[in-house]
Amino acid sequence: MTDMQKLYLLVPLAPLAGAVLAGLFGRAIGRTASHVVTILGVAVAFVASVLIFQDVQAGNVFDGALYTWATAGELRFEVGFLIDKLTVMMMLVVTFVSLMVHIYTIGYMHDDPGYQRFFSYISLFTFSMLMLVMSNNFVQLFFGWEAVGLVSYLLIGFWYTKPTAIYANLKAFLVNRVGDFGFLLGIGLIAAYTGSLNYSEVFAKVPTLAPQMIELVPGSAWLLMSVICICLFIGAMGKSAQVPLHVWLPDSMEGPTPISALIHAATMVTAGIFMVTRMSPLFEVSETARAFVLVIGATTALFMGFLGIIQNDIKRVVAYSTLSQLGYMTVALGVSAYSAAVFHLMTHAFFKALLFLAAGSVIIGMHHDQDIRNMGGLWKRMPITWITSLVGSLALIGFPFFAGFYSKDAIIEAVAVSHTPGAGYAYFCVIVGVFVTAFYSFRMYFLVFHGAERFGKAHGGHGADEHHHDDEHGHHGPLEPHESPWVVWLPLVLLAIPSVLIGFFAIEPMLFRGWFGSAVVVNEANDVLGHLAEEFHGAAAMAQHGFMSLPFLLAISGVVTAAVFYLFKPEIPAWFARTFAPLYRLLDNKYYFDRFNEVVFAGGARLLGRGLWKGGDQMLIDGVMVNGTAGAVGAVARLTKLLQTGHIYQYAFVIIIGVVVLLTFWGSRG
Amino acid sequence: MTGVPYLSLAIWVPIVGGLLALTTGSDRNAPVARLTALVAALAGFFVTLPLYAGFDTTTASMQFVERAPWVTRFSIEYYLGVDGISMPFVLLNSFITIIVVIAGWEVVDRKVAQYNAGFLIMSGLLNGIFSSLDGILFYVFFEASLIPLYLIIGIWGGPNRVYAAIKFFLYTLLGSLLMLVAILWLFMEAGGSFDILAWHNLKIGMTAQSLIFFAFLASFAVKVPMWPVHTWLPDAHVEAPTGGSVVLAAIALKLGAYGFLRFSLPIVPDAAHQYAPLVLTLSLIAVVYIGFVALVQADMKKLVAYSSISHMGFVTLGFFMFNAVAIEGALVQMISHGFVSGAMFLCIGVLYDRVHSRQIADYGGVVNTMPKFAAFFLLFAMANAGLPATSGFVGEFMVVLGAVKFNFWVAFIAATTLILGAAYTLWMYKRVVFGEVANEHVKSLSDINRREFFFLAVLAACVLVMGIYPQPVTEVMHASVNGLLQHIAVSKL
Repeated sequence: MTDMQKLYLLVPLAPLAGAVLAGLFGRAIGRTASHVVTILGVAVAFVASVLIFQDVQAGNVFDGALYTWATAGELRFEVGFLIDKLTVMMMLVVTFVSLMVHIYTIGYMHDDPGYQRFFSYISLFTFSMLMLVMSNNFVQLFFGWEAVGLVSYLLIGFWYTKPTAIYANLKAFLVNRVGDFGFLLGIGLIAAYTGSLNYSEVFAKVPTLAPQMIELVPGSAWLLMSVICICLFIGAMGKSAQVPLHVWLPDSMEGPTPISALIHAATMVTAGIFMVTRMSPLFEVSETARAFVLVIGATTALFMGFLGIIQNDIKRVVAYSTLSQLGYMTVALGVSAYSAAVFHLMTHAFFKALLFLAAGSVIIGMHHDQDIRNMGGLWKRMPITWITSLVGSLALIGFPFFAGFYSKDAIIEAVAVSHTPGAGYAYFCVIVGVFVTAFYSFRMYFLVFHGAERFGKAHGGHGADEHHHDDEHGHHGPLEPHESPWVVWLPLVLLAIPSVLIGFFAIEPMLFRGWFGSAVVVNEANDVLGHLAEEFHGAAAMAQHGFMSLPFLLAISGVVTAAVFYLFKPEIPAWFARTFAPLYRLLDNKYYFDRFNEVVFAGGARLLGRGLWKGGDQMLIDGVMVNGTAGAVGAVARLTKLLQTGHIYQYAFVIIIGVVVLLTFWGSRG
Repeated sequence: MTGVPYLSLAIWVPIVGGLLALTTGSDRNAPVARLTALVAALAGFFVTLPLYAGFDTTTASMQFVERAPWVTRFSIEYYLGVDGISMPFVLLNSFITIIVVIAGWEVVDRKVAQYNAGFLIMSGLLNGIFSSLDGILFYVFFEASLIPLYLIIGIWGGPNRVYAAIKFFLYTLLGSLLMLVAILWLFMEAGGSFDILAWHNLKIGMTAQSLIFFAFLASFAVKVPMWPVHTWLPDAHVEAPTGGSVVLAAIALKLGAYGFLRFSLPIVPDAAHQYAPLVLTLSLIAVVYIGFVALVQADMKKLVAYSSISHMGFVTLGFFMFNAVAIEGALVQMISHGFVSGAMFLCIGVLYDRVHSRQIADYGGVVNTMPKFAAFFLLFAMANAGLPATSGFVGEFMVVLGAVKFNFWVAFIAATTLILGAAYTLWMYKRVVFGEVANEHVKSLSDINRREFFFLAVLAACVLVMGIYPQPVTEVMHASVNGLLQHIAVSKL
C-alpha cells in the first residue's frame, strides 16, 4: 500500500474511529473528550482530503480495490476507492462542512444530555458519506447510501421522546426505502447485463450496451439504459428529495439544527446529485431518462419553492428552499450540465449550511422559539448572525459575485440552450423559481432581522418544535436575544467566506475548462456547457453582465416585494391569504402529498395486512384447512385416548425409538 | 483427512451432554445441570470448528465422510459427510446452542435439567440432519428432531402451548410422511440403496419425478414454512419459550430449505425446473403477503415470526431461479437469518422476562430505561430490515441481483421487501422503544445484565462481521453450489 493509499484509507477511518470512541465509550471519557476525539477525527479527514486534493490536482487518479467483500457466481463484490476530481471535491465539501458542524455542535448541543451520542452520530455520518463518495463500485455506493440513511434516521429521531421526531424519522427511512427500491433494481440490471458492479468495468461496457432494448412489458420495448437510469434516478429522488419522494425532508427538521445543516442541506441530500453525475456515462446514453430527470427536477425547483413562502417555522423555510435548490441541481443533470449540478451542489453546501447554522443561532438566541412571526429586529442583537445570514441569503438568491450567482446562473443558461425534451418547461420553472426564491428568502430575512421586535410579547407557539432543555432560562421575564458564543458564530464566518468567494474562483475551471476531466462524461451533442463556454469571458465579466440579466431583475423584484409585504405593508399578505383562500389552503397542506400518502399507502397497507391476516391466514388457511383436519385428527386422538391415557409425544418418541431398535436388530441378522 | 470423526462428534457430543444433564435430575441440582449443559454446548461447538478450518473450498464433493453399515439387511448406513452447502449449518447450529443455553440460564427455573437436555439433544439431532448422506438416517434425524422441540413448546411454553405444539407436530409430521414414501420409492429404484448421493445420479421418468418432487415439497414446504402452510409457525413461536423460538427460527426453519438443495433439486432436476414457477410464485406471495400481515401484528413474537416466513420466502425464491448468485444469496440469507431472527427473539425474550407481555401496546419508551438494550435491538432490527453492513443485507442483495438476471418482475416483487421489511420492523421498534415512558412497567425496567449483554454482543458481532466481510462465508459455498448447478443442468429423463 502506498502512502497515498494509506491517506485515502485515513479519510473515512478517522471519523469512524471518533464515532466509535464517542459512541461506545462516551460516558466513560466524558463530554469534552468526546467532542475532542470526534472533531479531531474529522479534522484529520479534512487535512488528508486537502493533501489528496493537491495530489489529484497534479493529475493523479486512483481506482482500486481495498478488499473483496464477497464473490458469488461470476460476480465479484469489492470494497474500493475511486479518487478523481469529482470525488476529491466531494471529500473536501463533506469534511469541511462536517468540521464546521462539529465545532458548532459544541455550542448548540451544550445542554443536551445526549451530547456524546450526538457527536458519535455525526462522525458516523461523515464516515458513511465519505464511503459513499469515495466508492469505486455499486455495492459500496449502496452501503454508503443506506448508511447515511441510517444515521439520518438516528439523528432525526435524536430526541426520541418527541412524538413528531420519531414519526418523522420513520417516515424519512421508509420514503427513502421507496427510492432505494428503484436504486437496487437499477444496480441489479447493471449487474445482470454487464456482469460487474465496478464503475470502470461497467462504463467500459456502455458502448456495447447502448443500443440494447429491453421489453419489460410485452410489446413495448425500451432502451435498456433508459430503464437502468430511471431506476437509479428513483434512488436519487428518495435521497435528494425530489417530487414525489420529497415528503420526508421538511419533517426531518424535527432533528437538531446542526444535522439539518450537515445532512439535510449540505451533504446527504446531495448524494443523489453526486450519484447521477458519477453515472454520467450511463445517463448520456438515454435521452428519455434525462428528460424524466429534467421534468422531476424542474417541478421540484418551482413547486417546493412556493411552499417556502407560507412557512412560519424558520427551519422549514430553509428546508423548502433546500428542496427547491436540489431541484435546480437535478435540472442541471437533466440538461447534461453535470458539472454545473455539482458546482451548484458545492456552493449550495456552503451557503445552505451557513443559513441553517445561522437559523440555529437565531433559535438559540430566541430560546428555542422557531416561529419567525415572533422574531424581528434581531440585527442589532445578533450582529454576526445577521451579517452572515445576509451573505447566505444573497448567495441563495443569486446576487452577482456571490457563489450562488455563478452556479445558479450557469444552470439557468444551460437550460436555456438545451434541447432535452422538457427544457422549455424547465426553463419556465427555474426562471420563475428565481423570483420565488428571492421572495421567500427575504421574507424570512426581513421577518427575522428587521422590523419591530416582536419577541417581547407573549409567544404562544413557544418551543413546540424544539426540545425542552431550556427550562432553566427564558420563559420568565422578557426574552433578551443576544449573540451566540464563539463556537457557534465562528463556523458561520468560516462558511460565509466560501459562500462569497468560491463561485468566482471555481466557475472557470469547473464548468468551462474541463477540470473534472474524465470523471464527467458528456456527449458532444448535449454539451450545453461547452456552448456556454464560448460566451464566457471571465468570472468578473459574467457577474457584471449578471446585473442586467432577467434572473437578476426577478431576484431583485422578489426582494423588493418581500420588503413591501413584510416590512411596510404587512396587511397585504393577509389580504392575499383571504382572497386566494383555496390556493392558500393548497399550499398550507403542501399539495396534500402527506395526507394522500397517509391515507392511501400507510392506511392501505394496514388495511391490506389486516385483510390478509384475518381473511387469509385465520379464516381460510387455519379455519378451513388446518383446524378442519385437526378436528378430524382430534376425534381419532380422543378414541385412542380411551385405550391409554398417554401423550402424543410419548407415543411418537416410543415409535421412533422402536423403529430404530427394531431395524437395527432385525436388519443386522440378514 | 485426519480420521477424527468430527461429524460424529458434532452429533453425539451434545446428545451425550444432554443425557448427562438429564441425570442431574431434579431442580435441586439445577446449577450442575446448567453447567453441564454449557460445557457440553461449548464442547459441541469446538468439535465443529475443524470442519471449517479443514474444509477444502476447491471441491464440490463430500468431506469429513464417515461411512459404516448400520442395518445391513436394508443396506442402511451410518453415512455422514458435509459439503459447502451443509457445513455452515452444522457450525451455526452448534453455535446457536451455546447462545440458547446461556439465554435460559436464569430465566428457566423449572425442570432445568430437562430443558437444557432438550436443547442439547436437539442440537445433536439437527447436526445429524445436515450431515446425513443416508436417506433413512436423514429421515430418523429429521423426525426425531421434532420431539425435543415439541416437548420444549409443550412443557415450557405459554398458556396456549398445547394447541400450538400439536398443530406444529401434526403439520410437520403429515408432510414428512409423504417424504418417507418418496424415500422408500427411491430406495427401490436405486436397487436397494439409501445412498443419497447415488440417488442424485438416478435416471427417473417425468411422472415419477413430479410425484417425488411434490412428496418432498409437502415435507419441506411445511418446514420452511412456505405460504400457505405457514400458519403453524406464528402459533408455535408465540407459545414457545425464548430458547425454543431461537432454535426454531435459527435452525429448524433451515431444514426444509436445506432439503430442497439436498433432495429436490439434484434428485429430480427436471421436475424442479418444471415446477419452479409454482415455487417462485409461492415464495413471492410469502414475501409480499406475509410482509403485509407482519405489518399489522400486535404481538412482537408474531411479528417476528411472520417476518421469518417472509425472509424464508427469499430463500426458496433464490433456490429456484437456478443461478449461482441467487442460490448463494439464499444460503447466506439462511445463515444470516439464523443470527438475526435468533437475536430478535432473544430481544423480545429480554423484554418478556421483565414485563411478561409480548404486546407492542404494553411498551413504549423503553429506550429511556434500557438504553443499552435499545442499541442492540436497533442493530438487529436494522439487520432484519436488510441494512448494508449487517448480515441481513448480503443475502437479500444477492438474491435480488440474481432475480433481476432471472426476470425483472420477479426481482421487482421481491425487492418490495426493502420497503415492507423496514416498515414492519421499524414501526414495531418505534412503538416499543421510542417515545415517552408509556407506563409503570416500562418505568421500572432495568437494563440488560451482563449475561444478556454477552449473548446480544456476541450475536451483534456475528451480524456485523458477516455484513462487513461475508467472503469467508460465501467462499466455502462456491464449489458446492457450482457443482449443484452443473448437476441439475443435465436432464435425468
